[in-house]
Amino acid sequence: MQEDRFPGHRYLPYILILPSVAIIVIFLVVPFVQSVHQSFFTSTAFGTRTIFVGLRNYMRLFSSPDYHRSIVTTLVFSAFVILIGLSMSLAIAHLLNQRIRGRGFYQIALIWTYALSPAVAGTIWALMFAPATGIVPYIVAKLFGGYVLNWMTNGKLALLIVAAAATWKMLGYNIVFFLAGLQNVPGELLEAARVDGASGWLAFWRITFPMLSPTTTFLLFVNMLYSFFQVFGLIDIMTRGGPGDATNILVYKLYRDGFLYLNSGSASAQSFIIFIVISIAAVIQLRVATRKAVYAR
Amino acid sequence: MVTRNRTRILIHFALIALALVIAFPVIYALITSTLTFQQAYSYPPRLIPGNQLWNNIVNAWQRVNFGRLFINSTIISVVVAFVKIVLALLAAFAYTHFRFRGRSILFPMTMVTQMLPLPVRILPTYQLMASFHWINSYYALMFPYFASTTGILLFRQFFMTVPRDLSDAARVDGTSPMRYFLQILVPISKTNIAALFVIEFIFMWSQYLWPLIVTNTANMRVVQIGLKMLLAGEQNAPQWNVIMAGTVIAMLPPLVILILFRKSFAEGIAMHSGK
Repeated sequence: MQEDRFPGHRYLPYILILPSVAIIVIFLVVPFVQSVHQSFFTSTAFGTRTIFVGLRNYMRLFSSPDYHRSIVTTLVFSAFVILIGLSMSLAIAHLLNQRIRGRGFYQIALIWTYALSPAVAGTIWALMFAPATGIVPYIVAKLFGGYVLNWMTNGKLALLIVAAAATWKMLGYNIVFFLAGLQNVPGELLEAARVDGASGWLAFWRITFPMLSPTTTFLLFVNMLYSFFQVFGLIDIMTRGGPGDATNILVYKLYRDGFLYLNSGSASAQSFIIFIVISIAAVIQLRVATRKAVYAR
Repeated sequence: MVTRNRTRILIHFALIALALVIAFPVIYALITSTLTFQQAYSYPPRLIPGNQLWNNIVNAWQRVNFGRLFINSTIISVVVAFVKIVLALLAAFAYTHFRFRGRSILFPMTMVTQMLPLPVRILPTYQLMASFHWINSYYALMFPYFASTTGILLFRQFFMTVPRDLSDAARVDGTSPMRYFLQILVPISKTNIAALFVIEFIFMWSQYLWPLIVTNTANMRVVQIGLKMLLAGEQNAPQWNVIMAGTVIAMLPPLVILILFRKSFAEGIAMHSGK
């Protein structure tokens, strides 16, 4: 509990928080409430009139094969970005966290992809995988007897490549946080384990990994938000949701329905469904973080 | 001892290899940005730099009004990072130094906003901009970003560690809370401010979906959308050399900021996740 360090200033604290609260209410809370409201309506072709339709927008979504497909695509994409990305980053951070010369240099050499935007990552990976001219299709063709890496028509391949690009871009961020977390693991504990004869592998899984759980949980949540939303630019540049609907993740579908097909009712319903999913994840994140942090201290 | 040395060399080797693998896409992009159109389409792909970098940059610059986009991105990223830092400092000061009615409701409310990213409120936020006549303006690009949950949390955590003696001494001296805030609290938050600046600048510079929606004129687009524009309309034979020149420019400012402030950034992150 925070004490009152400057008693007698009754209005000052309100003035101090007013700007933040005003921004949050005007640009976040009110639009969100409106979005929920709009999800129960449908607008006529020219947007001149809105009609209350109850849960029909939601019913339509849940019975739509397109929406099911988008959910599955998002889950596959996110699982890839989160699982592959986090395990690679943890391994690299662990390697970086040794007493070696030039650590500062290695750190910056391994984390700088954090500064790249998803759109930049998408553009560069589009170049690398460009059919006929890119370096990767060339190498693949050389290695696998002329195999044509055609992700412009092969949906599964497209999803894999887009997920790999997104994972690559996020490595830097994940390494930064894992490294910070690893540096908070007390060395004496690991030393004690070594004296007791525990192998490095065992010490890592029994001591380091559990103590990292606040960091891991935080990164799980951040990477989920990243793979759900921030990858929009990467998808828009590389595949625009295609080929077919192979990379049409939820946020891309939402953008299409809301801003290209102008179906505001359906888009608002999609927004609300996404909100529910994030809220559940956020609550779990908060629970785990506060519970684990206590004994990790 | 011998095995110790051997593992150490292995670690160096592994780290260098990893750094190169991670850097490869960007190195390849850099090389492509120096080639002519024909060279960019040579088979096998060319890995030797050419001398066309400047021409390609000029070309990209002219094709999508890149200079203006660059200015737009710089303005919104600097202003948003700055405003976010100021608002977060003020809010964190209130939450840690004062006891006031409603604090126990207001603080969680500022945190709940983490659950309200743009996509869950995108249509009404857009409609709000339209009703303010803010489409194609800096206001639309910046205002919805001004509140920073990350910032409030970061500064709050730091302010809670500031010894009470410091504020007591100030109070006894008759220093007003705002003077204490400006002359003591803000200066000792330097590292955190720098760390947050890096985070928020990079975050804002990378924004794509919102600028795509609230701007549609050549003058109000941002660098990220410039990349989309460079790629557009060339589905059959993209001018990769020109596109990569644009990409190199697009990734430079955040990289420079990260490298310049890397120390404070790393310290700030360590402080934050140490709790």
